[in-house]
Amino acid sequence: MIPAAFEYHRPQDMAGVLAVLEEHGDDARVMAGGHSLIPMMKLRMAEVPHLIDLQDVGGMSDIDVRADSIVIGAMVTQAEIIDHAELADAAPILREAALQIADPQVRYMGTVGGNVANGDPGNDMPGLMQCLNAVFTVVGPDGERDIPAREFYEAAYMTAREDEEVLTAVTIPAPKGGYAYEKQKRKIGDYATAAAAVQIVRDGSNCVSASIAMTNLSDTPVYSENAGAALVGTSVDAAALGAAVAAMLDDIDPTEDNRGPVAFKNHVAGVILRRAIERAWSRA
Amino acid sequence: MSKKMHIKLNVNGKDEEFLAEPRELLIYTLRERLNITGPHIGCETSHCGACTVTINGKSVKSCTMFVAQADGAEVTTIEGIGGPDDLHPLQEAFKEHHGLQCGYCTPGMITRATKLLEENPNPTEEEIRFGMAGNICRCTGYQNIVKSIQAAAAEMNAAKEAAE
Amino acid sequence: MKDDISREERVDNLKGMGCSRKRVEDARFTQGKGNYVDDIKLDGMLFGDFVRSPYAHARIKNIDTAAALEVPGVLAVLTAADLEPLGLHWMPTLAGDKQMVLADGKVLFQGQEVAYVVAEDRYATADGIEAVEVEYEELPVIVNPFEALKSDVVLREDLVGEDGSIPDGAHGPRKHPNHIFTWDAGDKGTTEEVIANAEVVASESMYYHRTHPCPLETCGCVASMDKVNGKLTLWGTFQAPHAIRTVVSLISGIEEHNIRVISPDIGGGFGNKVGAYPGYVCSVVASIVTGKPVKWIEDRMDNLMTTAFARDYHMTGKISATKDGKITGLHCHVTADHGGFDACADPTKFPAGFMNICTGSYDIPTAYLEVDGVYTNKAPGGVSYRCSFRVTEAVYFIERMIEVLAIELNMDAAELRRINFIKKEQFPYTAALGWEYDSGDYHTAWDKALKTVDYDGLRAEQAQRVEDFKAGKTRKLMGIGLSFFTEIVGAGPVKNCDILGLGMFDSCEIRIHPTGSAIARLGTISQGQGHATTFAQILASEIGLPADSITIEEGDTDTAPYGLGTYGSRSTPVAGAATAMAGRKIRAKAQMIAAYLLEVHDNDVEFDVDRFVVKGAPEKFKTMKEIAFAAYNQAIPGIEPGLEAVSYYDPPNMTYPFGAYVCVMDIDVDTGVPEIRRFYALDDCGTRINPMIIEGQVHGGLTEALAVALGQEIAYDDMGNVKTGTLMDFFLPTAWEVPNYETDYTVTPSPHHPIGAKGVGESPHVGGVPCFSNAVQDAFRPFGNRHTNMPHDHWRIWRTANELGLHD
Repeated sequence: MIPAAFEYHRPQDMAGVLAVLEEHGDDARVMAGGHSLIPMMKLRMAEVPHLIDLQDVGGMSDIDVRADSIVIGAMVTQAEIIDHAELADAAPILREAALQIADPQVRYMGTVGGNVANGDPGNDMPGLMQCLNAVFTVVGPDGERDIPAREFYEAAYMTAREDEEVLTAVTIPAPKGGYAYEKQKRKIGDYATAAAAVQIVRDGSNCVSASIAMTNLSDTPVYSENAGAALVGTSVDAAALGAAVAAMLDDIDPTEDNRGPVAFKNHVAGVILRRAIERAWSRA
Repeated sequence: MSKKMHIKLNVNGKDEEFLAEPRELLIYTLRERLNITGPHIGCETSHCGACTVTINGKSVKSCTMFVAQADGAEVTTIEGIGGPDDLHPLQEAFKEHHGLQCGYCTPGMITRATKLLEENPNPTEEEIRFGMAGNICRCTGYQNIVKSIQAAAAEMNAAKEAAE
Repeated sequence: MKDDISREERVDNLKGMGCSRKRVEDARFTQGKGNYVDDIKLDGMLFGDFVRSPYAHARIKNIDTAAALEVPGVLAVLTAADLEPLGLHWMPTLAGDKQMVLADGKVLFQGQEVAYVVAEDRYATADGIEAVEVEYEELPVIVNPFEALKSDVVLREDLVGEDGSIPDGAHGPRKHPNHIFTWDAGDKGTTEEVIANAEVVASESMYYHRTHPCPLETCGCVASMDKVNGKLTLWGTFQAPHAIRTVVSLISGIEEHNIRVISPDIGGGFGNKVGAYPGYVCSVVASIVTGKPVKWIEDRMDNLMTTAFARDYHMTGKISATKDGKITGLHCHVTADHGGFDACADPTKFPAGFMNICTGSYDIPTAYLEVDGVYTNKAPGGVSYRCSFRVTEAVYFIERMIEVLAIELNMDAAELRRINFIKKEQFPYTAALGWEYDSGDYHTAWDKALKTVDYDGLRAEQAQRVEDFKAGKTRKLMGIGLSFFTEIVGAGPVKNCDILGLGMFDSCEIRIHPTGSAIARLGTISQGQGHATTFAQILASEIGLPADSITIEEGDTDTAPYGLGTYGSRSTPVAGAATAMAGRKIRAKAQMIAAYLLEVHDNDVEFDVDRFVVKGAPEKFKTMKEIAFAAYNQAIPGIEPGLEAVSYYDPPNMTYPFGAYVCVMDIDVDTGVPEIRRFYALDDCGTRINPMIIEGQVHGGLTEALAVALGQEIAYDDMGNVKTGTLMDFFLPTAWEVPNYETDYTVTPSPHHPIGAKGVGESPHVGGVPCFSNAVQDAFRPFGNRHTNMPHDHWRIWRTANELGLHD
């Protein structure tokens, strides 16, 4: 498996990146860890005449845990997320999810930015970021702008990011309450058959807020406002769980693949979501 | 063909400089350009780990990295881990505990294991299985690989204690 | 003369049979110094690779190579038209069929080789492939063998007469243009009669899905034609290097002495590397055309899509019994999907391999087997993936039929097995389908297995689990998988077994050096089995020199004696026997030398560990080391100098390893996720040469069995597209998905093998697949499950639960 030839660019700053993007338009792609893009290039399913390697562009490798928010640079790897003690305290769901992505080697290379930006419905971080109500910062020729994760994904590999824009950071409001990232997959290295990100806030026996998103059950991640709403004001009892699952099932649209047919995926989506809610609730 | 780039690498402590097409995959640079044939090619889609090397302190699948990305990097392969006169405890343990059969996955397996033990010198069986899950072996069923890594960890810890 | 070490120490010093000698191969492998085919680098070496068909069935209207030839670095593009004048556009298969080397007018499966691009480096080759333009006209695709037998779409026009007649194939009459052969064994009439009149009959249809051996190293070769000397050297991933030399000679016309085939280190084979592939032929041709060495290494996708699938058997069975469970008859029909060409790797007279071992470990008085081979638009292959020829299919079939019969009889499946086992005193036992089992003690093995796992306790726990499940206390079911298998390995007697007319003997040649070390060369080739370690152990015990002083060499046809290679667990049964026999020839000559040196009659000395001693006077002896030196420095009347021997061993029979496996599994009914709680494997492979290596083989074989049973498949869509072409979708388990196994053994030596060994590499796969599958099926038995097809991946397990109403 040999990719087609390309020009390699390794700019030293963002201005350099944007300049290449502007010059080559559609023909240029930015790359962080490369573990999504390079296999596609090797299989000649992605043609990239101009490859822009972001590794020398500074300022995108920090994890900044603030009082009410967390800013994660686009070049932060899954391995760095897993190893960051302060982050694990502030937003443990990130670590729980990252541990379920790919395998150790891939996690050293795979970045948060790459995972959220390319729009692959199989990636775990997009659903997670929708659950956490993250905001993606992109920078382009007209400067910086913020796009909410919940508005970012349009279709498979289609996002609100323009071709000449680069995703630089993810900002997450400090998550509160109980959490769970639950993923069913066939083996290490596989995408999810179904995965659910849940964050729940509890007051006594009462659920006061709930945020729920799922992965690989549609051509985009699925944030279900109704699923979360079904839990709010309840004690997350059987009826509420059922309502949340029913709401989510209304919002997902899985397709058949080697992981199984649609009926199976719908069923498993419900099971996984139920387990995620129960676990998050038990931690809330 | 695209323009060739001037690439500098440090591989197993030795500086290397050459011109290469950016699309050259690091695994081919090592195997064909530098004749370092310990790392192997198994799946080509970053699933099997036979091509695992250590780059700037990280375990990396070298089939999924362009040589251009590695420009300036420090690379360690199985050849840099230990040789006839200075075998690494993992190399000894894999032989002692029958942690290999056809040998094809072994260089990647041991290279990955060096890093695993560096990060977690005293792993449980579960941690070994999870930490080695990026490397596929078709022959051993992993049981003796786990045993080998446990034995090497014990050996290394004992040596460290003795030194202290 | 006296020496000061004990006999026990002398035995230990040899590191002979029975000890867990550490492997001599490992030093190079652990230091990255293995030498695999892709490590070979020759001056001026070129790279070849294929343009492959995206379609499963299409006519080729045109191939335009002009643009490819313009790509810098591309030297040649071969098509069928280029190979035709050489008679190399088609090649013979191991199954008596022929196969296109490059597409000759049409393609029959996705990924089929259409053109071969040769260039100066990999990158130019890849670019050249992209630049070849092929015009296809799509044809109707058939991926189902039952449909193929009804269809008027003819897949192999070359095998149909102009008048539409269907000439006989390599294995007799064909009943449809897409039909390859019918092969049968046993007594049809009696079997049908017994079943028709039986007290109890269980019937079941099962599909053993298509999968692939998928060794971590793919197939490849380097061909180097030395035009000055007229010699062709071919390095490659060959499980049978000598057979490859003969095949290359026969199809190329190069005399066999001018061909040197070398199998270097091989990164796993599991059956994938037995056959001859278009890549080898094209590389040889390209080297002849260019005068330069040419390397071809398939990528993983090519490997999964084109070289050597396994299984793909649709099996229908009927098993009859008395009311109290004594089996009276077995009927089996197989529709075998062979893909576009019949390239199965089986002995010539066995187009369905040894499927007729399907009566298993049971004393079944009458049986009948019929197999129909069928062409479809899928890749050719049909290799024995970690098993002897089709034995995994046979054992899966009988071990499922036993379970189904147990359901029909409402009987415990362990007990049903026990009352039907062939008894120890019945061996050698001639089975209804013809094989003569050499030895066995099934009851002892079974009792030991069931006792060790506390079978009754497990059943009680399972019953409680079912109650808990019904009461809503748990959503996990518990399955107890049983299997008892008998393998048939060590092909084989030349009277029965040949491949392309080459008898399936094997060989060993030994040279003892003057200082008492040795080299032995064999006709086999290790792909991880550790031959360099274990064959030296056999020899150490036979000739009394330390294993550490014996080099084992295989795989170079210029130096090794002719043999049929390593697959079907045949190395120990056949080459291992040849090694022992050659060792005994050495010993016989050593005895004469010892007698001369000790000045006694030949019959007055006897072998003792590492020496010959004078009978009754053990203080008088000559060590083998001394004898070796004498063989080279003394003029002994009537004895030639030197100490060498060669043996070509034609085994009198196959060997029949067996084993008893138990798997305990918990299944999440809602997600379909299985969890293996325990796996116990008792193997009886006769005499045990190296327990450490045996255990390693068992772990590995079980893991490949787990993969096949629980998810590994080559799946096609209706258009003939391969859906599982990368390791994302083709299931190779990681350390995370694999349990620890408990291993155990009994020892029932083979009576006809010189050292009593039977072979073990494939047993765990053969016995493991039904054991994992039976565990899944057993979990659902209390809810009415009878049979569901593998692979038992999450969604299929979920489907079983769903169909049984467990999700309501």
